Amino acid sequence: MEFARGHVLVCGGTGCTSSGCEQIIKEMEAQLKANGLEKEIKVVKTGCFGLCALGPIMIVYPEGAFYSRVKVEDVKEIVEEHLLKGRIVKHLLYNETVQEGSDEIKSLNEVQFYQKQMRVALRNCGVIDPEKIDEYIAFDGYKALGKVLTEMKPEEVIDVIKESGLRGRGGGGFPTGMKWQFTAASSGENGKYVACNADEGDPGAFMDRSILEGDPHSVIEAMAIAAYAVGADQGYIYIRAEYPIAVQRLQIAIDQAKEYGLLGENIFDSGFNFNLELRLGAGAFVCGEETALMNSIEGMRGEPRPRPPFPAVKGLWEKPTLLNNVETYANICQIILNGADWFKGIGTEKSKGTKVFALGGKINNTGLVEVPMGTTLREIIEEVGGGIPNGKKFKAAQTGGPSGGCIPAHLIDTPIDYDSLMAIGSMMGSGGLIVMDEDNCMVDIAKFFLEFTVDESCGKCTPCRIGTKRLYEILDKITKGQGTLEDLDRLEELSHMIKEGSLCGLGQTAPNPVLSTLHYFRDEYVAHVVDKKCPAGVCKDLLSYSIIADKCKGCSACARKCPVGAITGEIKNPFVIDTDKCIKCGACVETCKFGAIVKG
Amino acid sequence: MKQNTLPFQGTPEQEAQLKQVIAEHKGQKGAVIPVLHEAQGIYGYLPIEVQEMISEGLNVPLAEIYGIVTFYAQFSLNPKGKYQIGVCMGTACYVKGSGDLLNKIKEILGIEVGECTPDGKFSLDATRCIGACGLAPVLTVNEDVYGRLVVDDIPGIIEKYQAL
Repeated sequence: MEFARGHVLVCGGTGCTSSGCEQIIKEMEAQLKANGLEKEIKVVKTGCFGLCALGPIMIVYPEGAFYSRVKVEDVKEIVEEHLLKGRIVKHLLYNETVQEGSDEIKSLNEVQFYQKQMRVALRNCGVIDPEKIDEYIAFDGYKALGKVLTEMKPEEVIDVIKESGLRGRGGGGFPTGMKWQFTAASSGENGKYVACNADEGDPGAFMDRSILEGDPHSVIEAMAIAAYAVGADQGYIYIRAEYPIAVQRLQIAIDQAKEYGLLGENIFDSGFNFNLELRLGAGAFVCGEETALMNSIEGMRGEPRPRPPFPAVKGLWEKPTLLNNVETYANICQIILNGADWFKGIGTEKSKGTKVFALGGKINNTGLVEVPMGTTLREIIEEVGGGIPNGKKFKAAQTGGPSGGCIPAHLIDTPIDYDSLMAIGSMMGSGGLIVMDEDNCMVDIAKFFLEFTVDESCGKCTPCRIGTKRLYEILDKITKGQGTLEDLDRLEELSHMIKEGSLCGLGQTAPNPVLSTLHYFRDEYVAHVVDKKCPAGVCKDLLSYSIIADKCKGCSACARKCPVGAITGEIKNPFVIDTDKCIKCGACVETCKFGAIVKG
Repeated sequence: MKQNTLPFQGTPEQEAQLKQVIAEHKGQKGAVIPVLHEAQGIYGYLPIEVQEMISEGLNVPLAEIYGIVTFYAQFSLNPKGKYQIGVCMGTACYVKGSGDLLNKIKEILGIEVGECTPDGKFSLDATRCIGACGLAPVLTVNEDVYGRLVVDDIPGIIEKYQAL
């Protein structure tokens, strides 16, 4: 093996790829060559570092210099100054790592974004090259599988997982060890399956994608362990086709594992066989529901099946099937290697371990974070996330995607775990965490999610198919200023009917965004129906623009910008807006230099 | 959604490719969806003529194939434009104003979501979360990704492809 004196780690996750990391890598390789450094410095394309907002990201070791928002033009300077002469290019560093008046740089662990984090599922993301199995093996990869196959009985593996208290990370939070035990207990005369749910459909969630892109082998290894524990020999990973990089890296990883004999026949000479195949989704949110997912793998429409029988008894092709989510699997090898007691020591009483969140929306450090269960929302938003941009006020956080709810500002000190979130009407979900500020309208957000579920309802059962549509129509009416107070009661009544009457998780949780916003932001709904106002200024039909005469200098800039000629007046005198003509495009507000135009 | 009005223009080469894909998957469990993915890769969309060939090749009723094609959002019955614009409507992008981006594109191109311009150059889709939430709001044109956008960036992006 060759040794290099320095390593340049470039993030190759979807976020950084979108901001152009490929060109950075190419330029880096060219510049290294031009300076005769190609043998001394190794360039590694890794998985996600988490700080997507600062992409493309580059870390140079051994110094640990963290360069952010790197541009192709910057590469030359980094090579010539840092790599050739050993002088860190300070002005290109992520500013939080720079220490004033000192040449020392702060290590990443001291940066606020990483300080509260604890990386278990993401341990290798941003550390290893996901396309090289040797790097995974060097970080204890496939050691857990070796241990399980040579030293443990299947029942012992299940006991460890049960003991650890691990719960499903896909949203529901069902104890993973129990699921394994049920599947193991089912008769497997005609074969059993293990499957991985990588159909991460919640808008604003990208945890699973990042794990698959950054550390695909951790999921493959865990699936092999699960297969051994429950007595299966065939596995499927069902992944969204919208994640091309993850699909490609998973396929590379599967091929490499086969080549090394870590998948296939007689693994570790133990007589255990396991084969793994990828199945691509085709853009249907409902396929994240376990029975719908199985129908889709079987090549049918992804419609859910009634339960029971549960997949552990009758799953894929009517055979017992174990289905876990990507992040759940990503914890397994660490639990096997470090023991159940280690895992139990992290988190809260009923929620053990860590949880990965995709932080998005109105927050400074958008990206991927992993924190121990029980961390409060405030710590995630204010410390890890770096707060709300532009000095705006925090209004609500949305967790659980279309199945979850909005958590209002007064509950910001809620510890994040399965049960506390349920208690306040939201849910853990798969881990999307969208932050909203005072400029977001809660009725509009509820409508946004309902539009999503109307579109994604598979149509099999009536409460969901028709109920969500009716919910959407009422919300639409309210945002247009045609709602009544009775509509609010109707929303509530209908929501409960849909929750109780729907066949699968999609319908049973679809009304949650409505119920939680109604509960916590009822005054905002009331403002829409009674005062016909949208306090956040989002719902166009309820907006009107006006000019504050005292502030208007009469420059006519707004009148010239107005596309419909709704603004009139004499130069150097206050102008006025004709609200009948106004189409509420907002162009005048952006144009006015004196802040004289207000909406409300 | 608008119905496809263009006649089917498959070539013998495409048909040979499809036949090969079908032969490779024949007998495999749950083969329909992987075959449809590959067929869409060959033709760009899945008109009824292609579905008929798959139905015959895999010995699966056409009604079932059609049911699957229309169920999944990624399968398209209509041809797509040379440049496929996808505006991400994930929550992170939405709260940062991707709806306004979409409206601007509709206004400039004069088409609705799911449609294609008459010259076949642009088609417009409102996509599900593509997972680039760190760059919200995001849109894609074929493989190119544009992030941290404001409405005023839109005309420039469209002009760039118009000129190609």
